Parts: sequence; structure tokens; C-alpha cells
Amino acid sequence: MNDNYQLNSVFNYRETLMSKAKNYIQDFPVLIPFFILLSSILVFGLLVGDRFFSAFALTLILQQVAIVGIIGVAQSIVILTAGIDLSVGAIAVLSSVVMGKFTIDLGLPPEIAILCGLLCGTFFGAINGVLVAKVKVPPFIATLGLWMIVLAINFLYSGSEVISAQTLSTEAPLLQFFGNKIEFGGAIFTYGVIFMLLLVVLMSYVLSQTAWGRHVYAVGDDPSAMMLSGVNVDRTIISVYAIAGLICAFAGWALIGRLGSISPQAGQMANIESITAVVIGGISLFGGRGSVVGTLFGALIVGVFSLGLRLLGADVQWTYLLIGVLIITAVTIDQYIRKEVSS
Amino acid sequence: MINPILTAHGLTKRYGKVTAIEDSDLDLFPGEVLAIIGDNGAGKTTLIKALSGAIQADQGKIMLEGNEIAFNSPIDARKYGIETVHQTLALSPALSIAENMFMGREILKTGLIGKVFRKLDKNKMRKIAREKLSELGLMTIQNINQKVETLSGGQRQGIAVVRAAIFGTKIVILDEPTAALGVKESRRVLELIQEIKLRGISIIIISHNMPHVFEIADRIHVHRLGKRLCEINPKDISMSEAVALMTGAMKPEKIKENNR
Repeated sequence: MNDNYQLNSVFNYRETLMSKAKNYIQDFPVLIPFFILLSSILVFGLLVGDRFFSAFALTLILQQVAIVGIIGVAQSIVILTAGIDLSVGAIAVLSSVVMGKFTIDLGLPPEIAILCGLLCGTFFGAINGVLVAKVKVPPFIATLGLWMIVLAINFLYSGSEVISAQTLSTEAPLLQFFGNKIEFGGAIFTYGVIFMLLLVVLMSYVLSQTAWGRHVYAVGDDPSAMMLSGVNVDRTIISVYAIAGLICAFAGWALIGRLGSISPQAGQMANIESITAVVIGGISLFGGRGSVVGTLFGALIVGVFSLGLRLLGADVQWTYLLIGVLIITAVTIDQYIRKEVSS
Repeated sequence: MINPILTAHGLTKRYGKVTAIEDSDLDLFPGEVLAIIGDNGAGKTTLIKALSGAIQADQGKIMLEGNEIAFNSPIDARKYGIETVHQTLALSPALSIAENMFMGREILKTGLIGKVFRKLDKNKMRKIAREKLSELGLMTIQNINQKVETLSGGQRQGIAVVRAAIFGTKIVILDEPTAALGVKESRRVLELIQEIKLRGISIIIISHNMPHVFEIADRIHVHRLGKRLCEINPKDISMSEAVALMTGAMKPEKIKENNR
């Protein structure tokens, strides 16, 4: 009898611990990618040693994920509305081409050319938004179409020609602004990395503290409920896609800093990579759940895996294999959380 | 004679070939509780959606306090002080109670940061939400920051009704507010409706629950086949007669004969 009682209490204790952990994760789902990130850094640190566990290597990861991280913020706000944006990479590259061509070919001051590039990104983002909100084209299809259109414009306009780093650094160094770096110790922070981190902080603040931010979540959660509670759903959706386009244009500018040159061929995989970061970061593809900080962790996890495995001398395909496993695991966890909540 | 606060005249709404309401009328008098009853598919929900701006009628007109008005969206109806608790409740499960109560009309910080960046005054929103919930006796909810998805069906219904009560200055419309609730929770919602009525707000309620209808309604609007069949006083008629009217088993002319 006594034994039984003790067994029960141990069992109950374990159960409450489990449910406590579960509640905690439900309240702060960003803990999952955070722990995956920490443990993957630890594991690779142990396996690879100092070559990985150095300020240089860890900040190198930041540099490598900066573009995907910035585009990931754009992808995050779109996915929070239960949408998806396949045109992010194309918009980023076209914006960078506009910045370059307007300066070099048209002879505009780089400040004006950059402004035009940012407007270009916002414009195509807004088109996505109008297609989704007003014309009711499913986001996947609208942005798939725009991806191809923008990519084609990009190649037609640029003639597939690269603007070299040398031309840029002599004629318009401002375009390479995000390539500037701050060094201390072995750590190197490019302006692109700093911009990404600031953008994540700013967007987290906006999403949690402003009316617009709460509407983004609410629209993704249940658009018809929001319409009935008097939120202008269409305007919210259009603004989200337009701001995503603007962020992509900034990513295009940061891309110039990363590459040094302007290449119409760059950023081809950015849409898939950004969706990967968003999903691993714990944002639900069904909208309304997750955080931009999660996306940053998601992008960093991918960065840690690729650099860690490369330093281990493993075939690059192992990276893809493991990322694939992570994506499926992340979505499985999301489904589990949703089921728990609805029951 | 008192003039109605809200009248609908000849409202028609078609979805393709399906006619949801046709030439439908409605009168709501100040300070009364008007119950709308009717069989499934009679067009009750369509009618109140037209009155709350959620849909736009193809024909007909709506008059509020004698002036003709047109609602292009729920936002318009709210501006006139008409609040609606829809069947779906229109709550966002992943957001908190306070956030849901102020959805679409958030309280912003004063000054530049509120005006330009639309920064929320979260403390003020929480404070008001807490006050209103306890005022209307719904303080079984411990935490105003709780997500709505963690609440029971009755609590959710309560939040939706309280939200309507806070912002509805003229009319509160409720679509099946007790349909999904247990006995105790239904009771609480009915009490809430009485409290809203005491504030002088007119109420339209759709319900299938005859005991509830007969308990709280001052008048009953019977809706049948897309239009108003008749208006009855619950004191003049029994529940089974009301059901007979709804289903077409009895003609409205019969009521008067029976009463004579």
C-alpha cells in the first residue's frame, strides 16, 4: 500500500514536471530552436575543437547567415499571416541590380539609386499583397508567379551581367556599405550582420508592442474573426507583403556588401533557405504563432550545421540531410503543440 | 408611440441561386430584448449579419433612429454603437484576453509614439479589461494575459459578450450565445444579457433554446423561409406554439384566435 502510494507520487511528480515543461514550451516556443542552437554549437565545438569554437568561426557563421537572416525576417511576417513568399530572393536581387544599374549606367547619385532599389522591393512586395488580399490568389501561387516575373525582369534588365566589385568600390562605395566591418579580437562583425541583429530586435518590438504587430498575428490566426472584430484584414495583409518587399530590398543591398559585386545570379535559393530558417525557428506555417527571434535561431542553426560539418570534412550533402530532418522535426513539434492546444 | 431604434425594411440577400433572406423586415425598440427564432436555414444569421455590417444586403434599407444608414463593414456598424457577438465569437485563440477585447480599437500610447508608430498602451488595456470583467462578474479568469485558447467555451463566450457590452452603446446583437454552453455557463451569459439591458442598451438575440428565449425576451420575431413571419409577445403564447410557428405547423393568424 505504502509502496504503491510512493510510486504514484513519483509518477505524479514526473508527470507534473513534464506538463510544466510542456506549458513552458507552449508559452515560449522559441526555447526549442534556442536549445537546438546551443547544443549544436556545443556538439560541433567538442567534435571540431578550437577551429570551430573561436570568435572568428562563430562570427563567420553570423556573416554567412546575414542575408538569409534578413530575408528570414521578411519571410517570418508573411508566414505569420499564414502566407508564404517565394519571391523574396528574386526581389532582393532585382533591388540590388536596380541600385547598381541606376548608379553605374544612369549616373544617379548612389543615395538616390539605393532609394529607387528600396522602392522597387516595396513595390513588388505590395503587388504580392494586393494579389493575395484583393484578388484572393493563394499566396503560394501569387508569389510563385511573381518570383518568375521578377527573376525574368532581373535577367532582362541586367543582361545577366555582373557589376564588378572594383567598379563599385571606385564609383559607388556606398553600395558596399554593409560589407564594412568592425573587428575586435578575432571576432568580425560586418555591418550586414549588425543590420540583421538590429532588424530582428526592431521587428520583435514592433510585432509585440504595436497595434499593427498584433494585427499581423491575429490575421494569421483567424482572418474572418479579425474581419468581424473590425480589423482591416486586407490592409494588414498588403502592408505585410510590402514591408517584406522593403526588407528584401535591404537584403539586396546587404548582398552587395557580402559579395562586393552585384550579380543577377545571386540569391537563387533565398526563398527556400528563408522558409527553412522560419520553420526551424518554430513559426507555424498555419500562421499566428512564433517569433522573429526564432527565425534568427533557425538561420543560425543552419549556419552552425553547414560550417561545423564542413570543418569536420563531411560531404556537404550531410548538411542537407540533417537540415531536412530538422525541418520535419520542427513541423512535427508544431503540429503536436497545436493539437495539445485545441484539445 | 415609441419609435423603433433600428428598423430593417425589405432586406434581400442572395448567394448565387440561394436566397438567404428575401424582403425581410425587422423592428427593434429602445431598451428591449428582441429574440429571433426560426428553423435552421431560415436566414436568421444572414439577417443579423446584414444589421452588423458583416455582409451587405442586395436590396432593402436599414434605419437607425430614423436615419437611413449603410454599413460597408463591421467597422461602420461599430461606429454607430452596434456590437455583435457572432456564432464564431470572432476571437483570436493565440492572443490574450486583453488583446482580444481591444482588437481593432487598441488603446495607444499618448504622444508621438502612439500616433505615429501606433504603440500599444498595454497596461491601460489590461487594467480596463480587468475592471470590465469584474464589473460584469466574470472574474473567474485569473490572468488577463491568458491566451484565449486556454479558456473554456463558456469563458470564451463570456469574453465575447463582455467585449460587446463594453463597446456597444446602442445595440448589442448576439447570435446563439448559449448554444455551446452547459447549464451553469448559459445562466451566466443570460445574466450578462440582463445586465446589458439594464444599461439601456437594446438587444437582439438569436436562440434555439426556447426556455432561454421565453425567459429574457420582451418580444419574439419569428423568422421563416427568409422573412419575418410574425412578431409575438412571449406572454401570449406557449413554447410549443412558438415552435409550431417556426416550423410552419401553425399559421400566425391562429394565435389571435386562440387568445380570443
